[in-house]
Amino acid sequence: MGEPRPLVQLTIDGNVVKVPEGLTILDACRREDIDTPTLCWASNLTPVNVCRVCVVEVEGSRVLVPSCSRLVEPGMVVSTDSERVRTSRKMVYELLASSVEMDRADTSVHAWMEHYGVRPERMGDRDEIATVAQPPKVQDDLYVRDYERCILCYKCVEACGDDAQHTYAIATAGRGFDAHISTESDVALPDSACVYCGNCIGVCPTGALVFRAEFDMRADGTWDEDSQQVTTTVCAFCGVGCNLELHVQDNSIVKVTSPVDHSVTSGHLCIKGRFGWQHAQS
Amino acid sequence: MWVVDPRRTTSARFADMWLGLNVGTDIALANGVAREIIHADLVNVEFVENATVGYEDFASHVEPWTLDRTAEVTGVPAEAIRDLARGYAGAATAQLMWTLGITEHHTAVDNVLALCNLALLTGHVGRWGSGLVPLRGQNNVQGGGDMGALPNKLPGFQDVADDDVRARFEGEWGTTIPPEPGWHLTQMFEAMGRGDLRAVWVIGENPADSEADVNHAREMLGRLDHLVVQDVFMTRTAEMADVVLPAALGWAESDGTVTSSERRVQRTRAAVRPPGEARQEIDVIADVAERMGSAWGRPTAEELWDELRSVSPMHGGMSWQRLEDVGGIQWPCPDEGHPGTPFLHGRLWERPIGGRRAPFSCVDDHPPVDQLTDEFPLRLTTGRVLDSYNTGVQSGKFNSPIRSGDALELSADDAGSLGLARGDRVMVSSRRGSIEMTVAVDPDLPVGLAFTTFHFPESADVNQLTSDAWDTRSGTSEFKAAAIRVEKLDVAAGA
Repeated sequence: MGEPRPLVQLTIDGNVVKVPEGLTILDACRREDIDTPTLCWASNLTPVNVCRVCVVEVEGSRVLVPSCSRLVEPGMVVSTDSERVRTSRKMVYELLASSVEMDRADTSVHAWMEHYGVRPERMGDRDEIATVAQPPKVQDDLYVRDYERCILCYKCVEACGDDAQHTYAIATAGRGFDAHISTESDVALPDSACVYCGNCIGVCPTGALVFRAEFDMRADGTWDEDSQQVTTTVCAFCGVGCNLELHVQDNSIVKVTSPVDHSVTSGHLCIKGRFGWQHAQS
Repeated sequence: MWVVDPRRTTSARFADMWLGLNVGTDIALANGVAREIIHADLVNVEFVENATVGYEDFASHVEPWTLDRTAEVTGVPAEAIRDLARGYAGAATAQLMWTLGITEHHTAVDNVLALCNLALLTGHVGRWGSGLVPLRGQNNVQGGGDMGALPNKLPGFQDVADDDVRARFEGEWGTTIPPEPGWHLTQMFEAMGRGDLRAVWVIGENPADSEADVNHAREMLGRLDHLVVQDVFMTRTAEMADVVLPAALGWAESDGTVTSSERRVQRTRAAVRPPGEARQEIDVIADVAERMGSAWGRPTAEELWDELRSVSPMHGGMSWQRLEDVGGIQWPCPDEGHPGTPFLHGRLWERPIGGRRAPFSCVDDHPPVDQLTDEFPLRLTTGRVLDSYNTGVQSGKFNSPIRSGDALELSADDAGSLGLARGDRVMVSSRRGSIEMTVAVDPDLPVGLAFTTFHFPESADVNQLTSDAWDTRSGTSEFKAAAIRVEKLDVAAGA
């Protein structure tokens, strides 16, 4: 809702387009059906523009700009598929994939990596270079934090903080290669401010944050995403009316997510909605 | 955000200001706030003149509630009351949100009316961003009422005493509907006590754990000639039943609708097959109807919904397909071209006003029925915590890392004067019962106030303590205000 906004005219990949003022270049690209990769962007979070896979070239700009957070301007000339853009996006994926396990990233991430001919081995032999390899943190029955899959996109921090939960249980700690997501003073998750809403897991793009049930099933070799059916229903607890997506495998609920485009909570849930489904199995 | 609550809850920690009032002084606070709004010249005169009735009487009624007197009764500092009054009245838009802290008192209806007075004084009702918001505690408590699960209403809040309304339903249903209201839950238990109610069919409720003064409730249920329980779990109530009808889960094993706190009707969908002999509740009810001589067939959820739409004008425009397409519609929605209604009472802003004027209510403060005495010197208030839900039937099934709530929380001063520390076992007694509990200390609790949840009836059967004094208009018991005594147990002797 709100006031109608004036249109801004700009050029994207040689085509003149008009989009409402206040949109980002990424929004404009999507309206024009120009597919653009993202990692740290999500429709229900404020852009933090840290991952740089969405960069585009803007005429007159010395550096490539993150399309997820740069607003459109009149007369802007944008290239989304120039040599410079392709090289940069490829390089970002290669740097990430050389030090981080990307195997559980969304399928779209793998499609883009293939599209750009990403070869992480160009950065060196995996056994010799620095990586973030470490054992997963399993501290309770609900969450697993598997930080060898963390690309530091900050989505979890945003979802825990101002963008959804306002709990501020996690933040980045350390600098440079040692930067990592941590609870306050690195205490165990159950001892932190965490309220186990699972909204951080909901936004994680690489499987670094994972539900314990899924983690255990993967470890057992029983996780079979292709056979899972997803049904949208309404949470059984309280009167807010959050929608739940029940991921069902062999007539059992194995995971609960929430549709990000639903107006009630934009994909976010609380501990009961996210984890309180186990009474359906007993 | 301002939070008014005897306890410094998580919400209170988020708030700009927390007003920690004494339990059961909500009307005093509201009257004090009203007087301050009037004296600060912050009344919305245009709204009061055009949309309300009874202002003069109300203004005289609250006149004795000076800031000082209100502060003395409520325990809230006068400056905080003044700031709340001015902040609320001066805001461009403001909402009053409440839940069981207002309604689980013997003055429940008056508590709500006292809040309505504030909205009427300031015009914070019937406009986008302003309003009176009773937050529903369950996913379909709104829908249950909407469907007519109230003793005096037919579906769509239509009055059972209205001859025209009844005639329409009788035509649709081919039966005769008694014009007298039925009993609400509290009256049903009274009727059980008199022997007037001999057989009960409980669907999806666990009164043997959830009722106030639960020992009495269990005794009443035990006296019945016949008890049928239809539920998803073998609850304590189901264990008392003569017949248990295992049911499919509403939210994961059944198609249907629920209606949220904001009157939004949304579709639930079956995602898994119910286990064992559990059956769809519609089928169970239809089968019972058939045994009673009425062939209802086996209607689908959509067919039942369409029947509702035909008799409840406020649901008329919500076709199954629209609910599917738009992901939820807020009633009233009278026809298929209607977008639904985000907020109510907009008629109060029509000039001239649409319909009748909204009345101010002169309501008075009455302390909790269960009085504090030397024998029962502490006030116990019960409530919920984040990761649990009511009697724990559903929420007890997952291992929450942040689970808490079965302890008796005491203020540091009260724990100290009773010689108690965290983890000590105590006997907690009220005028209705005694249970053993474990002590926890909440440094944010005011002196004289104790708190616990009722999520864990197997380890802490808290409703043996709660007061079944109830509001004769709403039927709700005074769960929020019991008087208790706490005595330390000698662990060595008890072991």
